[in-house]
Order: sequence, then structure tokens, then C-alpha cells
Amino acid sequence: MVNQTATTTKMKRGGSHFGDRIFKWLTLLMALAVFALIGLIGYELAIHSQPSIHKFGWHFLVSSDWDPTNDIYGALPFILGTLVSSFIALLIAVPISVATAVYLTELAPLWLRQPLIMFIELLAAIPSVILGFWGLFVMIPWLHAHLFPWLRTTLGFLPFFQGQDYGPCMLAAGIILAIMAVPIITSVSREILRSVPGLQREAAYALGATHWEVTRIAVLSYAKKGIFGAVILGLGRALGETMAVTMVIGNQPQFSLSLFQPSSTLASWIATQFTEAISPLFYSSLFELGLVLLGVTVLVNIVAQLLLKTFAGPGVKPQH
Amino acid sequence: MKMKKIILSFLGCGCLLAAGSGLQAQTLINGAGSTFDYPAFSKWFEVYKSVDSNVRFNYQSIGSGGGQKQLLNQTVNFGASDAPMTDEAMANAPGKILHFPIVAGGVAIMYNLPGNPKLKLDGDTLANIYLGNIKKWNDPKIAALNPGVDLPNLDIAPVHRTEGSGTTFIFTDYLTSISPVWADTVGKGTSVKWPADLGLGAKGTEGVAGEVKQISGAIGYGELAYADQSKITYADMKNSSGKFVSPAPESVSAALATAHIPDDFRFSMVNPPGADAYPIAGASWVLVYQQQKDAVAGKKLVDFLKWAITDGQKISAKLDYAPLPENVQQRELKLLDTIKY
Repeated sequence: MVNQTATTTKMKRGGSHFGDRIFKWLTLLMALAVFALIGLIGYELAIHSQPSIHKFGWHFLVSSDWDPTNDIYGALPFILGTLVSSFIALLIAVPISVATAVYLTELAPLWLRQPLIMFIELLAAIPSVILGFWGLFVMIPWLHAHLFPWLRTTLGFLPFFQGQDYGPCMLAAGIILAIMAVPIITSVSREILRSVPGLQREAAYALGATHWEVTRIAVLSYAKKGIFGAVILGLGRALGETMAVTMVIGNQPQFSLSLFQPSSTLASWIATQFTEAISPLFYSSLFELGLVLLGVTVLVNIVAQLLLKTFAGPGVKPQH
Repeated sequence: MKMKKIILSFLGCGCLLAAGSGLQAQTLINGAGSTFDYPAFSKWFEVYKSVDSNVRFNYQSIGSGGGQKQLLNQTVNFGASDAPMTDEAMANAPGKILHFPIVAGGVAIMYNLPGNPKLKLDGDTLANIYLGNIKKWNDPKIAALNPGVDLPNLDIAPVHRTEGSGTTFIFTDYLTSISPVWADTVGKGTSVKWPADLGLGAKGTEGVAGEVKQISGAIGYGELAYADQSKITYADMKNSSGKFVSPAPESVSAALATAHIPDDFRFSMVNPPGADAYPIAGASWVLVYQQQKDAVAGKKLVDFLKWAITDGQKISAKLDYAPLPENVQQRELKLLDTIKY
């Protein structure tokens, strides 16, 4: 205890050194630069969106018209496409990732852990354009021949699995995004689970709990806050992903209840349209889509933070 | 030994410097635009070295829209576009812009059917497919055009370019000229509002070709060269004389010869008269300001364009482009002479 106090005083005294003050200001400057960067991006997007904001107003957000011939644009299908494709991705990726993380930290034999972790991290390193190619040429033909007909016969009473399917569609985009989100959620969740104190587990075992009960009561409930954070990181990846989505979603400016229908996300639509946007209003509308994407991302993160706060009690937070 | 090496390396540096200053004496001409033209340009630039070694080209194939925009911003010496500029865009330009047709090409109607039978289609059927009125390959309308072909009971998946494209302009221009319903509901343009809940969008001709190859029952449109290279089957189209014609450089040249071409060269050549003309074809234009800012670069550019429009046509024909007819070449040369430096 005495030792600790001594160290603290020493550090305090050190803080008055000229070099340390420079260091402090320098790091502050760097931290502020991040804010400035986001602010500038938002500002630039807003400036270029002006013609479109001026012309369409709030109507831009609720209109699903995208008509370059008559210069009328609306963002609704892309907002919905972004949210729904990311939601599908999480629906698929979260159970897989959490289960993998639990297996890796709690159940897997030690010799298997390292190779498995390596493979998962390798999955994260695949460039999205390669995943997109794989999606278009390997995954979609398989989905079209096997999974989609099966979904149609078993769950066809739901509006999500009706209507024509060509192959590239919203569901295919969700699956590709899930593949991209799995490594992120898995590795962060694994770190969280690893940081759950061993005492927790031992206490539960001492009470006679089974493997499953230990995992559920002692580990998962303790780590849920952190796992939630991991999911948010995965969501961030899914919301902004462009290349892989463009290749499998079918690129139509429409949103339909049927997941078999082609659609678009904000990011994929900007990417496909940007090079050939000739009319000034068209060009400006694409910038406004970018502004909307920034807004959606910020909003989703705020909602996530609020949800995180409602999880009371002890827990491990993600270190990101 | 060491000394020798050092001297040699100095000599090497000297040579590099000399080469560097030699490069600086060259005129650099910047261009940007159509991806459709890019193969022709890169071949021409290579051959043109032997015609004039003092000129260097830098062409960015960023798309017709980008080419028009960069020309308007005056960041390039020439633009290239698959669609002529609109009157509105020309009015906003800082100077008078001239259009020069540089290559012409056919748009092939590609499809993917089991066994890939050779099909015959007409404009009205094509419009109805892309409007969603014809949904199956064994529709009586398609069957009537193809007696003897065993058409499958398969859904048609119409694929289109998702981004703005000169190819889309040619395609929609053709359907607009044939079908009044298409003209009223969709119209023509580099990007249009496609009928809702129908078909797929893909980026780039390679994207359209990729999806047509992937999806059984798909139909799409793209430059002939692409269809040939990717070995995708394409349809014979019924022309205005009622004859079914396959897309090829010859049938596109025939269309160019009979198309009505105004003096400003902003023309559309879809569905022209003539028994051998392929109906879905278009030109691609080089766009330049009539008043050139830089006299040296301007002169070099005009020389190059004169060469490309005449001698260059024999080279581009090898790349599946249709050569410009003699009378069009002569008219363009006259217009090129009006450029001021």
C-alpha cells in the first residue's frame, strides 16, 4: 500500500515535466483529430447533399422512387435494405459466433483451440471482393438449387419466402454478411469469455452445476454485456459492407417483404451508381445517401449503447 | 573493381536522366470516359507510337458520365461517351463542345437456356420481356418467332445494368423506338427506372454477362465483344425490313451506313432502314472543345483523331467494333478542321 502511494506521487511529479506535458497535448490532439475527421466527413456530405436536401426535404427519407429519367430520388428502399440485410446477418452470425466462442474457451481440447482460432482469423482476412465472387459463383447457385426451394416448401406460408427467386437477393446478401461478421463476433466474444474470472466457474462447479449450467449461469450471464458489444462490432461491419453485397444482392432500387427479391443497401447503391451519375441532382442524392448511411450508423450505435446500459449488474466490457 | 561499379552506376544514372528529359519533351494528352471505347483506345495508343512518337496518352476508362463531367471541369483534353451530351449539359459547358463518332458497336441480346438454342427475337417481344408482360420462355409470342425450337417452361430473369451506361442508352433507345408502351412507362436514358419487382441489376457489362451465365433462364444485353469473349449465346434480332440479323461488325456498319446522321453528329442509329442492318447498335463519341486551350496539345489531339477516324478504323475492326463508313469519316474530318488552337 505504501509502495503504491509512493509510485503515484512519483507519477504526479513526473506529470509536471515539460516533455510529459507535450506528450499529453499531443495525444489529446490526436484524439481530437478523430472527432474532426468525422465532423469533416459529415460536413462534406452535407454540403454536397444540399441540392438534393433542398429539392426533396424529408420526403427523401420516406420515398421509394428512384427515377433518373425524371430526376426523382428517394432513400427508403436502401435504408430498409441496409437494416434488413444486417439484421439477417446478425440473426445467423450471433448464435454461430457465441457457440464457437463458448466451445473455444470452455469445451475444446487445448490442442484444437489454436488451429481453430487461426482459421477463424483467416476468415476475417479474406477480402470482401473474393467473398463476393465466391458468393456469386458458388453460394448462390447452391442456395438457388437447394436452400431456397426447401425454405419455400417448409416456411412458404410466411411472406418472406414467397415470390420469384432469381438467385441474387436480400437473403443471399444477409448470408454473405453473416460470414463476414462471424470472425469479428467470435474473436471478440472469445476474449470476453476468457476474461471471465476462473473463480466464477469454480464456484458454480462447486455447487454441483453441469457443464451447460456453468456456461449459462456463470460464464454467459457474466459476459453478456461484452458479447453484446461484440455483436455491435459485427453489426458495424455489416452496415457498411459494400463490395460483397453488391455482387450478391441483385442491385434493384426496391425493397420487398420477400427475401428472395433483389434489393440494395445504401452502401452498395452508392458504389454502383456513383461513376455514372451525370445529372447534378442524381449526384447530390448519392451524397445524401452517404449522409443517411452515416446517420443510420450513428443511430444504431446510440440505440446499442442505450440497450447496453439497460443490462445492469456485473459484466465484462469489450476492450475495443 | 569497386570503382568500376561506382562509375558504371553513375553512367546509368546519367542515361536515366537523359531518358527522363526526353520524356518531358513529349506532349501528354489526357482523356477520360467510356469503358466501351477503352480496348480501341489502348490499341490505338500503342500503334500510334509509330506514327508520332512525341505524344503520350493517358486514358482513364471511368465511364461515360465521368468522362462528360471531367470534360466539363476541363481536367482532360478529351472526353469519351457512349451517349451524346444533352442540350442542357452542353449549355452549361464553358465552351462549345464537338462530338466525333469514333467507334460503333452492336449490343447483343444474351441469354442462358438449357442447350442454348439459337433464338430469334423482335423488339416488341424484347420490350414485353423487360416490361414483365412475358414471364416464361415458352410464351406463345417467343414460340411464334422460333418455330421448331423446344422452349422450356422456365421463368425469364431479365438482367440490366444497374449503373448508368451508354449500353443501357442504346438498349432503351431501341425499345423506345419500337414500343409505345415502353416509351411511355420507361423511356430512354443512360439510367432509367426499370419496371418494379422484375429482374436483376448488375454492375458493368462483365456483371451482366456473369449473371446471365449463372442464372438459367436469364436474358441480358451487352457489347457484342463481351458476348463473344464470354461465349454466351445471343439472339438474332428482327430489323426494320423484317429480316433477322445477327450482331456483327458488318451488320452494325450496315446500320451506320443507313442511319440518319445530322451535322453535329449527335445521332441515334437504332432500328435504321436497310435489309442487312442490325437494329440495336450505337456509336461512341469523342468529345472535345472547339476552342483548344493548349495549342500544342490541341494540334496533337486533332492529328490523332484524324488518324483514328481513318486509319485507326481498320485496327478497331479487329476488336469487334464496326468501322465508320467512308462518308462519315469525310464529314468528321471536315468538322475536325474547325477546331481552333
